[in-house]
Amino acid sequence: MTTSRTSINWFYYAAPQTFYGLAAKLWPWCAALGTLLGLAGLWLGFAVAPTDFQQGEGYRIIFVHVPASWMSMVIYLAMAFWSVLGLTFNTRLAGMMTRALAPTGALFAFLSLWTGALWGKPMWGAWWVWDARLTSELILFFLYLGYIALTSAIDDTRRSDRAGALIAIVGAINVPIIYFSVKWWNTLHQGASVSVTQAPSMAQIMLWSMLLMALAFWAYTVALVLYRVRTLILQRESHTAWVQALPEVANTTGAAA
Amino acid sequence: MRWDSWSQFWAMGGYAVYVWGSVGVTAALMAVEVWQAGAARRAVLTQLRAEQAVAQLPVEELM
Repeated sequence: MTTSRTSINWFYYAAPQTFYGLAAKLWPWCAALGTLLGLAGLWLGFAVAPTDFQQGEGYRIIFVHVPASWMSMVIYLAMAFWSVLGLTFNTRLAGMMTRALAPTGALFAFLSLWTGALWGKPMWGAWWVWDARLTSELILFFLYLGYIALTSAIDDTRRSDRAGALIAIVGAINVPIIYFSVKWWNTLHQGASVSVTQAPSMAQIMLWSMLLMALAFWAYTVALVLYRVRTLILQRESHTAWVQALPEVANTTGAAA
Repeated sequence: MRWDSWSQFWAMGGYAVYVWGSVGVTAALMAVEVWQAGAARRAVLTQLRAEQAVAQLPVEELM
């Protein structure tokens, strides 16, 4: 199976048949982890964290807004990553992973805009402004929709994966633009609450709640993508003997459920 | 615990619409997405089982 003792043969796991079984084992753990982290984050954020001295209780939107926005960017980068792998190594799994990521990415981009509007209204007095941060996030949402529309419009899976990979890779340029928009331009949107180079500009307890929620969204995404990629594998490999022999498919009684 | 009563908790210091509008829509859409992923898998499995059932039929029944 593995070619050497020190390295993992990634191509072995990239085979749809192997990955189908691996994903089946992994997703329930990710789902359980996501639920626990989410409950802990909600408890800290909504029952323990103090009131903000400027924004009152309204600031608590941050516990969904920031994790959703982060995930919307991370998922797009993940799609670009799988697309590069797909175009370089031509593995079947890469296209399926990209496609499995897209709906969750679109959801988080939408939630980022939605919770942002609900936060902007009481704090800025506007649901929406054409500011660099908001506009680039809106473009990200449209890129997700464009990817989904384009890939579902092309019937041939190989061509559809390649076309989708191009959108995913070219569109990835938008992610650093979103991230740095608050530095590069004068925006109404506040600067980063957490940065890699500076101490975070928020109270410890608020920061921890936000990080727990971010990890929860991360685990949720991994669980859902693994689950969704199994459905895609079944669909695309339906003609193979191993799919036909799967206990969930094989039907010895002859009656379709 | 930061809250004296449940009503105070739900009121969110006057920001109830904005805070619960954010949390509620997030939770609802996540639930829809999870349900949708399950439904997609069930649909594919149903189709695969049906195709296999047809393939296993004796030839004369297909005539």
